Amino acid sequence: MVVKESGHSRAPRLRGLSRALPVTPALVILVLFLAGPIAYCVYLAFTDLQLTGQAESSFTGFDNFRTAFEDDAFLNAVWLTLVFTFLSSIVGQNTLGLALAALMQRASKPIRTLTGGIVVTAWVLPEVVAGFLLYAFFRREGTLNAILDWLHLPSQNWLFTLPILAVSFANVWRGTAFSMLVYSAALNEIPKEITEAAEVDGAGGWRRMWHITLPMIRRSIGTNLMLNTLQTLSVFGLIWVMTRGGPGNRSQTLPLFMYEQAFQKSMIGYGTAVALLLLVVGSLFSLVYLRLLRTEV
Amino acid sequence: MRPTPAPLLLATLLTATALTACGSGAGSDPDTVEISYKQSTDNSVRVMDTYLADIKKQFEKANPGKKVKLVPIKAPDSEYYTKLQQMLRSPKTAPDLVYEDTFLINSDITSGYLKPLDPYLDKWDDWGHFIDTAKSAAQAEDGKTYGVPDGTDTRGLWFDKGIFKRAGLPADWQPKTWDDILDAARTIKEKVPGVTPMNVYTGKPAGEAATMQGFEMLLYGTATGATESPLYDTASKKWITGSQGFKDSLEFVETVFKEKLGPDVSDALDPNFATSVRGELLPEGKLGINLDGSWLPQDWLKGSGHEWPEWSEKLGLAYMPTQAGQSPGKVSMSGGWTWAVPSKAANPDLAFEFVKIMQTKANAQKWYIANSGIAVRTDVAEDPAYVKAQPGLDFFTGLVANTHYRPAYPAYPKVSTAIQEAMEGVTTGDSSVAEAAKAYDEELKSVTDNQVIKK
Repeated sequence: MVVKESGHSRAPRLRGLSRALPVTPALVILVLFLAGPIAYCVYLAFTDLQLTGQAESSFTGFDNFRTAFEDDAFLNAVWLTLVFTFLSSIVGQNTLGLALAALMQRASKPIRTLTGGIVVTAWVLPEVVAGFLLYAFFRREGTLNAILDWLHLPSQNWLFTLPILAVSFANVWRGTAFSMLVYSAALNEIPKEITEAAEVDGAGGWRRMWHITLPMIRRSIGTNLMLNTLQTLSVFGLIWVMTRGGPGNRSQTLPLFMYEQAFQKSMIGYGTAVALLLLVVGSLFSLVYLRLLRTEV
Repeated sequence: MRPTPAPLLLATLLTATALTACGSGAGSDPDTVEISYKQSTDNSVRVMDTYLADIKKQFEKANPGKKVKLVPIKAPDSEYYTKLQQMLRSPKTAPDLVYEDTFLINSDITSGYLKPLDPYLDKWDDWGHFIDTAKSAAQAEDGKTYGVPDGTDTRGLWFDKGIFKRAGLPADWQPKTWDDILDAARTIKEKVPGVTPMNVYTGKPAGEAATMQGFEMLLYGTATGATESPLYDTASKKWITGSQGFKDSLEFVETVFKEKLGPDVSDALDPNFATSVRGELLPEGKLGINLDGSWLPQDWLKGSGHEWPEWSEKLGLAYMPTQAGQSPGKVSMSGGWTWAVPSKAANPDLAFEFVKIMQTKANAQKWYIANSGIAVRTDVAEDPAYVKAQPGLDFFTGLVANTHYRPAYPAYPKVSTAIQEAMEGVTTGDSSVAEAAKAYDEELKSVTDNQVIKK
């Protein structure tokens, strides 16, 4: 190949090139390992590829998506995913994290360290380990029922009677630490003078929270909700260990439904299509939160 | 010539691709046979591991310079298949020899994962000793054979004589109809509190055990013709929907759980329930009647984790009756596992050498006895040492005459999952028998590409 540019334009171009050079490997790795598989997944979602039972796969257009929307089990999974996300992420992790952070602002140092330590431990535990711990907590001969028995309250098999609540609680237990850390940082950023001024003006605790603290940490709330939601949408190990999506399909969220289609029923193409739909759900949530973030206070 | 960004990028890309492609072929040492098999999820059961370690020693002695690498996959049944299929897809991960359930083998053959073994079998004298039904177990629609079976199995009712005595039921119990079974379970429930009256495997967590030990043992007893399959119509090559037998079988399952004659639903839907039936419930005398397979004693033999040699005095055996006692009176299902060579195996010849050593008469016999398997070789079946080796072997071998094989076509695994879903619905009470049967019919249409017939 011959480079035809005249002498004086070559120098800046070369400079540009030498600048691009250090990022090239990173770019290549991104293309290979991120964009590549994603593109392949999108392609698979439009085929009828199976793990077994078929010699050749073929392109089937939107068939997989049509199947999904006509499939009661899929709609059930979408609904459960929304319930799970709402309960455990938006209500649970987020609110509890904020409450803990606010309380810890006022607590003495040893209590702060202790609470922080406990909550963060739950977060650091691998998902599967946390799943087993909570399985042991909720199962019929588990800790929760032992406590209830001791209090002379009726015990029951939580994983069987209220599976989606049990796994939501597990996710709250595991994920609250993250929210707490985000909100602790945000609350520390609020200048003392503002709160003090409000206090002098006679604003009580709730009013200060509602009119000063919340508006000032609004951006943190948005960021935190977005990260929490996206993380919760993809929870798999925790539910798998605790209930495997059962009994029946009563705790089968989208990631578990996807796994069942792709690997247990061997329908990789269909499973991938469901994965893409999960991606859509995630992006919808993100869009809402991004709007929340963009609005200036 | 100075490189412009585009070719440079291309060059980097190519280098990177070449680098990642380097991995392929690695790990396939021409002197090592890699063997994948299913390891028990119960840590104290090491029957297969011990047996393969023994064969490995014999193989390495007979083939100097060659090595065997055992690659156990420790997983419940359904996850074992998935893991295996993923390994078989790529030459990088495909082992040289795999342990395949006959229930999945046709599906994997259709996918092109396995190698036809006919050239090897033609030159192998021992193949003549295998019984014909066993030979066809791993035969595909193309007429080629893709696996060497290492035994078969049959199914029946195991019952606890101690519990029966306390309930006032006979020690030589033999139900003639489904109602006889339910009546016995009701009696146990009433007279012997604190034990589980009966167990029928059910639901998705139990996997193929729910379909085969549970549902099909019922369904095949609803048929009027002794050889017809109530699942698959061989004449039209279509799967059967809307049958009364299907609903009746679901109703049986519903009755067991609705009347609390079975285990607690949450236990029944625990994926490791089968392990606790064999390891705890039966040996500890907590289960009255268990509809299960011939292989149970392998967990109780000397040297296994739950040694329980006195099981043959504590437990009784009865054949599974047909629904209303119609001819031929008894029902059994048979399956079994085979050794198969992946199409992407690097050392297929060595793999077959390994199979030959596994299947000498002495080794085959050792294996049948170790895993409580039913012999598929005539020379072993005729050997008095084999028949006397274990109580119960006689009983289960006798069921071979009335046994059924599953319609192991490529769609079968999905049909099986659909059956488990229907069972799970009536087990939890989430759906009625009619709803579950209707959902099955719908699912059947979609997983078989509408190859269904109403009967």
